[in-house]
Amino acid sequence: MSAPSGTTHRFAPPRWAVLACVLIAAIAPLLQPSLATLMTLILAKGIVVLGIVVLLQAGQVSFGHAMFFGVGAYAIAFWGKYIGGGDLLLFILIGPIAGLILGVIVGLFVVRYREIFFGMLNLAFSMVLWSLLEKMFHITNGADGIRIARPALAGISFSPEAFQYVLLYTTLTLVLITSYLVQRYLDSPLGHMLRAIKSNETRLEYLGVSARHVLLIGYAVSAALGGLGGVLVGIAQQIATPEFAYWTKSGEFVFIAVLGGASNALGAFLGSAVFEFVRFFAAAKLANTWQLILGVVLIVIILFAPGGLIGLLKRKEAK
Amino acid sequence: MDSILAILAVLDGLSYAALVFLVSVGLSLIFGVLRIVNIAHGSLFAYGAYAAASLGMAVAPISPWLTFPAMVVAAVLVGVIVGGLMERLVLRPVYGREEVLQLLVTFAVFMILDNVQRLIWGVQPIFAAEPLRLLPNISVMGVTYTSYQVILLPAVAVLTLVLLRYFLRHTRAGAIIMAVTEDREAATSIGIDATQVFFLTFVIGASLAALGGALASPTTSLAPGMGTGMIVLSFAVAATAGLGQIEGAAVTSLMIGLARAFIIYIQPEFEVLVPYLIMVLVLLVRPMGLFGTTRVRKI
Repeated sequence: MSAPSGTTHRFAPPRWAVLACVLIAAIAPLLQPSLATLMTLILAKGIVVLGIVVLLQAGQVSFGHAMFFGVGAYAIAFWGKYIGGGDLLLFILIGPIAGLILGVIVGLFVVRYREIFFGMLNLAFSMVLWSLLEKMFHITNGADGIRIARPALAGISFSPEAFQYVLLYTTLTLVLITSYLVQRYLDSPLGHMLRAIKSNETRLEYLGVSARHVLLIGYAVSAALGGLGGVLVGIAQQIATPEFAYWTKSGEFVFIAVLGGASNALGAFLGSAVFEFVRFFAAAKLANTWQLILGVVLIVIILFAPGGLIGLLKRKEAK
Repeated sequence: MDSILAILAVLDGLSYAALVFLVSVGLSLIFGVLRIVNIAHGSLFAYGAYAAASLGMAVAPISPWLTFPAMVVAAVLVGVIVGGLMERLVLRPVYGREEVLQLLVTFAVFMILDNVQRLIWGVQPIFAAEPLRLLPNISVMGVTYTSYQVILLPAVAVLTLVLLRYFLRHTRAGAIIMAVTEDREAATSIGIDATQVFFLTFVIGASLAALGGALASPTTSLAPGMGTGMIVLSFAVAATAGLGQIEGAAVTSLMIGLARAFIIYIQPEFEVLVPYLIMVLVLLVRPMGLFGTTRVRKI
């Protein structure tokens, strides 16, 4: 298989790299407690980016994926506001389900289109959701958003200090599970068909396969991942706001996917780590220039390292 | 709704549609030729507004009437300098690369321009309503309006449409741009320098966005984020019209401008929803847009 610029050329991530990353994610926050929430955000956003990576396999880019991220966060915010209580174990089910439902509904429309039309229509749907969240003040609190209370885990409540670790390790576990499942999915016949949409959709249909159907499954998977990420970020930041569904957020996710390299799951999390670290440290010292730094980094990556961070790793392996 | 409110809504809609048209026609023109959706287009709108305000404040002591030519000068400066640099440095290396990457470099430029704007003009809102006060107010059925908004803005938009049409249909450079839009490969094979055409088109499109911003500057406060909303709105117009459709962009701007104005008087909270809802509905039925032509699927 040949991929001209290598964004979706897949290869298995080297074991040592995966192991090292998991260990760093698990241990570093123990040594430096202030890293716990940052690490949770990195991992949770990485899950959303994983969803983008799935769509990139089919050569499609969604500039409205934040709608699923937003729906995940709002699903549990509504649960807390209108039903009350809630448990972390319940929340991490609600998010993906909410994402999945919206994903299938929106997906039924958008999988009929490709490339720029696919991206545009996704953008339009996400902006409809954003304006509803922003303007239905009596239900959503408008731009202020809805606070998300700290949930219990299996009925046990934790102090804020302990909870950030509970959330971190829950997120890490979910990262491992989702990454494994996504890799399995992409290696399955269904995943190969998904990639065939990018390389030659017509040939795929000559085989008697419905490309729309294949893409819809990929889209639903990616929407569910978006919902899960939204839940985790919502809990970590203790709030859901319309910004979660805004188009710049969608752009950010696509940005991270290309930054990390869309060839495997590890890239999503590496990209997310770089992005959040730059934001975290630059935002504190250089409030008005962190986007500038990231923008320059992105352009440099696109122009000189089209495979993303993971592509650099791959190049090193090849030597 | 009584007739006075209806007239108010129409006038509001017209002046809003004029601004939206200027921005979205630039986006559409750029897409038609370069096949790139420029996410930084809203930033060019914001730069146009800020540059016009700065230049206007500089020339106002000489004569307040100079603020009007200052707007046009500011728009062209932004188009040539920011737009030109962006095309040369960032877009040119990614022509022919994957669509995702082309889209993303403009997103990166959007992030960069947003921060640079804060560094240059700060985060405090700027007001530059001078030109608005210079022109007389007019009274429509007992309601006072600024002639800037109900006469000047629509007039500039119509003039732009006419000039753009003339340029594209009746001049050599315009004919070349049309040829590249129609069939890039055939155009290059008869000796048209696509690189130059891309540069020219991008600068024109960028100047139009900046002109929209410059004209909007007296009517609103200039603050960070002013371009962010404009970008999706101009997307919505350009996509609803059909990307690359110039007259289509005019009709759609009018449609969305009027629909939005009426909604403001009937159900104000759904104001932001209107353009996107129209976009979704149109794209679901006609993905190529209202005025776009069907693209034959290539095997």
